[in-house]
Amino acid sequence: MSQKLMLLGDEAIGRAAIDAGISGIYAYPGTPSTEITEYVMSSPEAKAGKVRAGWSANEKTAMESALGMSYAGKRSMVCMKHVGMNVAADAFINSAITGVNGGMIIVAADDPSMHSSQNEQDSRVYGKFALLPVLEPTNQQEAYNMVHYGFDLSEKLRLPVLMRITTRIAHSRAGVERKEMRQQNELQLPKDKMQFILLPAVARRQYKTLLAKQTELEKEASQAGFNQYTEGKDKKLGVITTGIAYNYLIENYPDRNIPYSVLKIGQYPIPESMLRKIYDTCDELLVLEDGYPVVEEMLKGSLNLGKPIHGRLDGSVPRDGELNPNLVAVALGMEDTRGKEIPAVVAGRPPALCKGCPHIFSFTALNEAVAQWGKGRVFSDIGCYTLSALDPLHAIDTTVDMGASITMAKGAADAGLFPSIAVIGDSTFTHSGITGLIDCVREKSPVTIIILDNETTGMTGGQDSAATGRIEQICEGAGVEKDHIFIVNPSPKYNDENRDIIKKELEYKGVSVIIPRRECIQTALRGIKERKKQEQNK
Amino acid sequence: MKKDIILAGVGGQGILSIATTIGMAALDAGLFLKQSEIHGMSQRGGDVSSNLRIADRDIASDLIPFGKADIIISVEPMESLRYLPYLSKEGWIVTNTKPFINIPNYPQLDEVMKEVNAYENHIAIDADEIAKELGSPKSANMVILGAAAPFLGIEYSALQQAIKKIFGKKGDEVIQTNLDALQRGYDFAMANKK
Repeated sequence: MSQKLMLLGDEAIGRAAIDAGISGIYAYPGTPSTEITEYVMSSPEAKAGKVRAGWSANEKTAMESALGMSYAGKRSMVCMKHVGMNVAADAFINSAITGVNGGMIIVAADDPSMHSSQNEQDSRVYGKFALLPVLEPTNQQEAYNMVHYGFDLSEKLRLPVLMRITTRIAHSRAGVERKEMRQQNELQLPKDKMQFILLPAVARRQYKTLLAKQTELEKEASQAGFNQYTEGKDKKLGVITTGIAYNYLIENYPDRNIPYSVLKIGQYPIPESMLRKIYDTCDELLVLEDGYPVVEEMLKGSLNLGKPIHGRLDGSVPRDGELNPNLVAVALGMEDTRGKEIPAVVAGRPPALCKGCPHIFSFTALNEAVAQWGKGRVFSDIGCYTLSALDPLHAIDTTVDMGASITMAKGAADAGLFPSIAVIGDSTFTHSGITGLIDCVREKSPVTIIILDNETTGMTGGQDSAATGRIEQICEGAGVEKDHIFIVNPSPKYNDENRDIIKKELEYKGVSVIIPRRECIQTALRGIKERKKQEQNK
Repeated sequence: MKKDIILAGVGGQGILSIATTIGMAALDAGLFLKQSEIHGMSQRGGDVSSNLRIADRDIASDLIPFGKADIIISVEPMESLRYLPYLSKEGWIVTNTKPFINIPNYPQLDEVMKEVNAYENHIAIDADEIAKELGSPKSANMVILGAAAPFLGIEYSALQQAIKKIFGKKGDEVIQTNLDALQRGYDFAMANKK
């Protein structure tokens, strides 16, 4: 099959997952990973094959569902942005101990330079932490190929496989050639009935098996072809690249004749023999990797007693932020080709809440209600509404991680801050807010929780939200008193009414929940467009 | 052959429609292509850009290196200047002159245009006005694409074919409007480039 498709890196992974015969894909939306699952969701072939494709409440539930599908003998994929790995970490690390039955790939999309994130953690570290194989593609085609290989590897070694990508490959389009489509696995329970029962006695035994497999993982990594060593004429320098850093290296040699020895890494654990070869034959090494200096630290060790190793740690490449061709050129001693500077007249244009966004009116009412109590008491969360920290609203004081608004408001209330306010979106609430709410109810903490219900997962492009229309029932079920649950309309028309409700609830010495409910302006506009289209087609 | 193109604008202005059209024309011509996009938070009214790389051989980096872009195509004048560090010495700026003002500190338009005009290789076109004249304000991006056409290294007819394919489902009238928009932009650029 030589059909070439123009696909985003994310789409290439989704395409490959379908072609490699997955039976299910699980995910929580998060930039830059969202389009993987969206691709599978919109694929007619996936639909025809009855591939389960959709959103989970959070990354942990997604990871566990994927593991459950693997338990049942079928291939599964689970996708998330890098910080989602923190949420799913419990299931992830333990899945290395259980191992898999059907093949399972975890895709973690890292975001160096924090284009849409709150940190730039490197998921390869998670791979090492869990002692699992990691695949890191150089380009879209390799991403596609690696998914096929990854499922083979997973089923051969009976371990989950982690695939690590970064924003730049996730959201860049290139031609991808497909492979033959594979059949899905039949339902088949694990042969070893104890495999998924992590009682200490079983876990101890399986941990030893995992440790014993490490040699095999290295062997795979030296044979699969994703790690390649090319000897150069000039032995002064050896260059090690991981993932897309390789592209930035060869970009600087238009004729592709690189004078130095190059070790291109795409699969971990990196075979020691490959590292030793380049280390022994070159005077100095330069390590180019997007994200943390994982390989660089590994080579250098704490004591740095060997040959000079350059990279992020010695400043040859900046310690933070994503790589680009120019940073690599400079690290290679080439000239920076940066053109004219940006004229002073150019003003910054930060993202902002959309015109007519319901959040604007929720925060306007909140700002008015809270004015008499003073600033510094609004704990917020991850979503479009984080933009309310900026001009002109300046409405929130914290944003840390998914769900942290409710729990931080509780902690501050415990410390004596009154009133203490949490502001969280509907999707973030179902992701990780409900457990915090239960903590608050249990101790009758004096917190006012505002759940901004725009009936979607807005920031990532309007995916389904897990509990649309049921937020108030969930709150009631969690034990919030009915008299302290309010649904309001975040529109200018109701501003004074909304302000007064918030004001009153701020004084209540228990848990209040206020739910400003109006559909996200983006999904609403899209809905109108689609309805129009349907009418035209009639 | 190699053309490195930076597309610039503001989230929501639909710069990717230009990228899609060039991309389709390039693929039909059997060229290699890489196109890096911005998704996520910046789409909410922030500055957005796309790196489009076309070549007759494999392309390495998804990102265009500083000082190597052949052309900046911008649907908004101030945004055309944000990517100057990427533009090569002989590169072209093709920009809309109609500002998109969604920030309180948007500079005086004449100061923005002074900077654009200070750059010798530039085409500044009021694409919105032309699109309005054509009775289709939505076709402004195709006017800008037309103005960029002389610098793309792609046959003009290939762009026309791409438009026919992309708008095919929307009927002949929509196709013709977009072809007219492309032509108006192209004619303007040919008359104004030195």
